[in-house]
Order: sequence, then C-alpha cells, then structure tokens
Amino acid sequence: MSTRVGVVVFPGTNCEHDVVKAIETVASSVPVPGASVELVWHGESSLDHLDAVVLPGGFAHGDYLRPGAIARFSKAVEALARFAASGGPVVGICNGFQVLTEAGLLPGALQKNRGLRFLCTDVEVRICTTRSVLTGSLVEGEKLRLPVNHFEGNYTCDAATLERLRAEDCVVMRYASNPNGSVDDIAGVCNPEGNVVGLMPHPERACDALTGALDGVGLLESLLVAADRRASLPV
Amino acid sequence: MRFEALVEVRLRQGISDPEGATIERALPALGFEGVSDVRVGKSFRFALEAPDEKTARELSQAMTDRLLANPVIEEAEVRVT
Repeated sequence: MSTRVGVVVFPGTNCEHDVVKAIETVASSVPVPGASVELVWHGESSLDHLDAVVLPGGFAHGDYLRPGAIARFSKAVEALARFAASGGPVVGICNGFQVLTEAGLLPGALQKNRGLRFLCTDVEVRICTTRSVLTGSLVEGEKLRLPVNHFEGNYTCDAATLERLRAEDCVVMRYASNPNGSVDDIAGVCNPEGNVVGLMPHPERACDALTGALDGVGLLESLLVAADRRASLPV
Repeated sequence: MRFEALVEVRLRQGISDPEGATIERALPALGFEGVSDVRVGKSFRFALEAPDEKTARELSQAMTDRLLANPVIEEAEVRVT
C-alpha cells in the first residue's frame, strides 16, 4: 500500500509547495515505498485517506485576530482533530504550529517575539526526544541547523504546563541560543502520545543540497517512516 | 432588542508583553516620565440582537471565550449595554 501525506492549504498559506517538494525529495531517497504527497484544501471534511498530515507555514486567513485563530475553525482542522485522536501523524510547521496550539491539539501559545523583531535566520536546535513522529529517525542530543522565519514564535505556557511538558517528555527540540524569548528555549513540542508535533523552524527549507542545508531531511524522513507505519496498519 | 458590546482583551498578568515594554521604553524619550505597567491589548465593539441583556452578556462572553481571546495567554473583560 502506498503512503499518502497531505499538506493542508488555508487562504494565506505560503509554504505548501516547499513542503510538498521537500517530502518528495526525501521520499525518493529513503526506503518508504511509493510515498506520495498531495495538497488538501482547508474545506476538506475528511482526512481519513491520509497517513500523515502537515500544516505548513504562512499566514492562514491573514493571521487576523491571532495567528491560527480563524484557521482552527475550518473543516480540515476539525477532521485533523479526529485524525490525530486516532493516532495519525500530524506536524505543524511555523504557522501550522500556531494553528495546532489555537486548536488545542498542542498546549501553550505562540506570541510576538521578544524584541519585536521578525526573525529570518538559521538557528541551531537540539533534539530533546526521539519518540515523536518527527524525530524517530534521529538521535537525542543531535544538533540541527534549520531556518526560522517568524514574528510570533515566542512559545509561551504557564508553569504547570511546562512542568507537564518536561515530565511527559513532550519537548521535541530546544534552541541552542534562544532567538525569540520562548520559555525554556522551546522550539518544538509534541502531545503525550508523540503523534502531534509543532515546531517553529522550517525543516522543508533544509532538504536540498542546492540551498546548502540538509539538516531537515532526518525530520521529514522520520515523518515518512511514521506515515508508512500508519499505512501498514490493518484497516 | 439591540445591545452594544465592548470586549477588551489583554495579555494575562505574568505573560510578557514585548509591545507594551517597547512603548514603555519609548515614552521617556518623548519626555513622558513615570509611566509603568504598559499593557497592549485589543478591543472589539459590536452590536448584538438578543431577547434580553442577560442573554446578550452570555453570548458575548461565549464569543470571547471561543474566539476573541486565547485563554492560554489572554484575559478579557466583556461589557454589554
């Protein structure tokens, strides 16, 4: 059975083609037989035919009100909640991470960067757990260099939530040098089950030697392996 | 009946407010001294049809809880007249 990855597109999403291209590139170089990637419009009310779903970066619904606040009420995100509850691998990148927190699929919130600067730079992150669908093929403590591109990437949560994230091994990656004020240097988190991951860095922009960066490959490879595992489950 | 609602949303105490901090640092440069605790928020005004004021208040509160504010980082005050 071939593995199908869906990339959800909201009005204002702008990283969907990068994600599709990166996943196709990675899929052609790792042993995940016949993985295919498709765009999914936000009005789609079922995601059951997919084996993994990515919410890409951009400015869903113009980031009006708060980033992700309007996108969260779309049919695709309602379907995504069911997909996630059934164990389906879900990754939200940048604006996708913001949508996942607004939808309550991940704890916390992303507020304006400390220093009020829009950040467009490479950062170093350290992998903190390998039990998430995005980090299963990596090694704990591994350092990756990935691009960030955001104004609202300052991960914020209350003390009790932070305590729970640490206790349940839900911090997926931390910045080596905190660029935006995120609590505990957090760059990415997952749910307790590890199948829903949100991160501010853009792995899809570090998957082609032509751009001089390949550190995103291991992350997307992990996702493809998780998607393949889901595709192999008996229906 | 028609009611007027005013919802003020601001960051919770204890949540850092980079916009407020920047404004607070800018004010002395203009000669305004002694200003502290600057918090930046949003306000929403809307008109609402409801059978009575209690219902209008409850509806406005529900809209605030579900959409206008993110309770993880924000708190809101709802006024209906």
